[in-house]
Amino acid sequence: MAEQKHEKYYVPASSPWPIVGAIGLGLIAFGAGHTVIDASKDADGWGINVLLGGIAVILVMLFGWFRDQINESMSGLYSKQLGHSYRQGMAWFIFSEIMFFAAFFGALFYARVIAVEWLGGASNNAMTNEVLWPGFEAIWPLTETPGGTESGAMGWTGLPLYNTIILIISSFTCHFAHVGLEKGKRKQLTAWLGLTIILGCIFLYLQGAEYVHAYEELGLTLDSGIYGNTFYMLTGFHGMHVTLGTIMLIVMFLRVVKGHFTPESHFAFQATSWYWHFVDVVWVCLFIFVYVL
Amino acid sequence: MSTVVGEVDQHDDHHHHAPSGITRWLFTTNHKDIGSLYLWFSFIMFLVGGSMAMVIRAELFQPGLQLVDPHFFNQMTTVHGLIMVFGAVMPAFTGLANWMIPMMIGAPDMALPRMNNWSFWILPFAFTILLASLFMEGGGPAFGWTFYAPLSTTYSSDSTALFVFSVHIMGISSIMGAINVIVTIMNMRAPGMSYMKMPLFVWTWFITAFLLIAVMPVLAGAVTMVLTDKYFGTSFFDAAGGGDPVLFQHIFWFFGHPEVYIMILPSFGIVSAIIPAFSRKRLFGYASMVYATAAIAGLSFLVWAHHMFTTGMPVFAELFFMYCTMLISVPTGVKVFNWVATMWRGSISFETPMLFALAFVILFTIGGFSGLMLAITPVDFQYHDTYFVVAHFHYVLVSGAIFSIMAAAYYWLPKWTGHMYDEKLAKTHFWASLISVNVLFFPMHFAGLAGMPRRIPDYSIAFADINQIVSIGGFAFGLSQLIFLWVVIKCVKGGEKAPAKPWEGAEGLEWTVPSPAPYHTFDTPPEVK
Repeated sequence: MAEQKHEKYYVPASSPWPIVGAIGLGLIAFGAGHTVIDASKDADGWGINVLLGGIAVILVMLFGWFRDQINESMSGLYSKQLGHSYRQGMAWFIFSEIMFFAAFFGALFYARVIAVEWLGGASNNAMTNEVLWPGFEAIWPLTETPGGTESGAMGWTGLPLYNTIILIISSFTCHFAHVGLEKGKRKQLTAWLGLTIILGCIFLYLQGAEYVHAYEELGLTLDSGIYGNTFYMLTGFHGMHVTLGTIMLIVMFLRVVKGHFTPESHFAFQATSWYWHFVDVVWVCLFIFVYVL
Repeated sequence: MSTVVGEVDQHDDHHHHAPSGITRWLFTTNHKDIGSLYLWFSFIMFLVGGSMAMVIRAELFQPGLQLVDPHFFNQMTTVHGLIMVFGAVMPAFTGLANWMIPMMIGAPDMALPRMNNWSFWILPFAFTILLASLFMEGGGPAFGWTFYAPLSTTYSSDSTALFVFSVHIMGISSIMGAINVIVTIMNMRAPGMSYMKMPLFVWTWFITAFLLIAVMPVLAGAVTMVLTDKYFGTSFFDAAGGGDPVLFQHIFWFFGHPEVYIMILPSFGIVSAIIPAFSRKRLFGYASMVYATAAIAGLSFLVWAHHMFTTGMPVFAELFFMYCTMLISVPTGVKVFNWVATMWRGSISFETPMLFALAFVILFTIGGFSGLMLAITPVDFQYHDTYFVVAHFHYVLVSGAIFSIMAAAYYWLPKWTGHMYDEKLAKTHFWASLISVNVLFFPMHFAGLAGMPRRIPDYSIAFADINQIVSIGGFAFGLSQLIFLWVVIKCVKGGEKAPAKPWEGAEGLEWTVPSPAPYHTFDTPPEVK
């Protein structure tokens, strides 16, 4: 074993952060559960405090864990093989996120193609319609539910279209920033990255404005039937992902300003960029299936 | 399958030895420590879930209501299922993966050691929350482990939100664990350890990890919709709002069916390691085993609605799911055939791991056959929601998955502890388990065929004898597992010293390192030819 074919794989000695993270997640789950239960009874409870405490613990963990990680990376402990592990890990994480959205897209397709149609009497369900939901008409967007709740429908022109254009552009700007990093052009990197962040923030602002419009003018709310449900759950979870992605981009921006990353070694940046592209692709699917069709 | 060329140099002068004290377990990044944590945790959960089964069997010992009220009975069936699936079987497999995969592929550790520790430590919190919800006003989850809507939405107790969030963090744990396994296998194999040289346990876990990453997020979606339906006024599963309770079943079983293969594929890998070792022959049909595993995993995404035949579906869909389900018996048959062919003209000896593996092959096949019966749509109308289904999935999960985990534990205990376990006691454990598991589950087939419904605390007096036998089998099986605990503790504490390779016919890199395996193995990757 005189020659080593592999670089040494870095295995950290031990770390307090995982157990801190587990405590944090435990508090979040316990606190969120009780917050929801308290809210359903219109009671003020301690659940929210536990939840916020859990979030605080997770923030401390993220800060500490990433600090360790960055220090290790900057002191050259990481091999190429470790970089592969991180990249593959991130890729599989994004795959799991895709499957999460798939569940909600599945619900949307099922509702549109099967549930609403059947309630309207399609297939062999004439009597379902006749007896259980007389007068219900299967249309999409479902502006009147079988139970009689009415709401407006969100069009695809206007804000949603602007948001689509903004997010698609932001994917390109993110890519240009990445190219700048790989070519060692730091100015190009900072400029395009900054622009990406601004576009992300504009997207979030417009999405908020759209929600206000939907709630106040269209009467389209989270509880206005399956159309509102799928609309808010899909765009809402997407919005949460954009928020997370924007925070990640901001952290990357701060690290770039501090002089982190080299053309060869920039896993964190690459992961963020992948994440941003993923969020963008989800939006395109959303735009097509939730808004246009 | 794989032989090591040259000496494997085991440095003991590594920069960090096993630290001591509680922080060793809290802060560890070592795959062996984390593997042990997973295994002990899963055993504790096995006992907790098992005691709930004992409550169920005690109540069902006689017709009529005697020990617990029906609502509590429902909580027991629900939490028994949840604990056994997410707390016992899955963490046991993850523990085995942690211990064995790095050693089997010649890696220094798991690819992402810190995340590995995080995955584990989430579990005690998740299960504490789930178990604590049993003590809340209105009780814990009582809607069955499948939490069908509207049982879990309109008719569930207040504590449902805690169930939802505990499932969320269990899912996070599983996904991170699976990402770790899959990345370790893709990226950390020793030079020369090509994919088609990997031991089957590694292969089956590779595919299992893929299934986990694909379906655990779907479960997260399902519980999220339950949460919003119950607390935030959405109507995913409510026809009045344009939704459909059947949608819940589709989403749940899209997760649920791959999930049952998640709980059996690693078993296939374990049995494929043990049967060749004690038959002193190479595994018959290695490549076909790999392809069969992949085929089962692929088909698992196309069969979910066979759980829903009586729910109501267009006939075309019922037929489609029936045929796809039956198709699964082909790759499964390939596997059983290969195990039998491996033993054919082998020089077989019957140490405890082999006994459990043999029992696995026979009893899992029985479970497979009753599965085939359930797959036939028209007759499923008769079997659905009866004890026949309970018998079926306990044959594949208890005498299948759990037996394979026992086999694995006996097979690798010498490697983990450095001692041989007490063979006599272990054989007692085996025979006690084998007999009692059949007394426990075999009569359930007949109760089910005769029409006894599942998840009911009371039953017709006609089923009294059969239930008494079943309950006696249940208590015996539960007690038998304490023998296992005794064997393990005895083996950890001492016993005959185990050589590096205690089983004559065993193959694989894990047997090239001393027993007990040093805290760090393969700092320098071995060369595999």
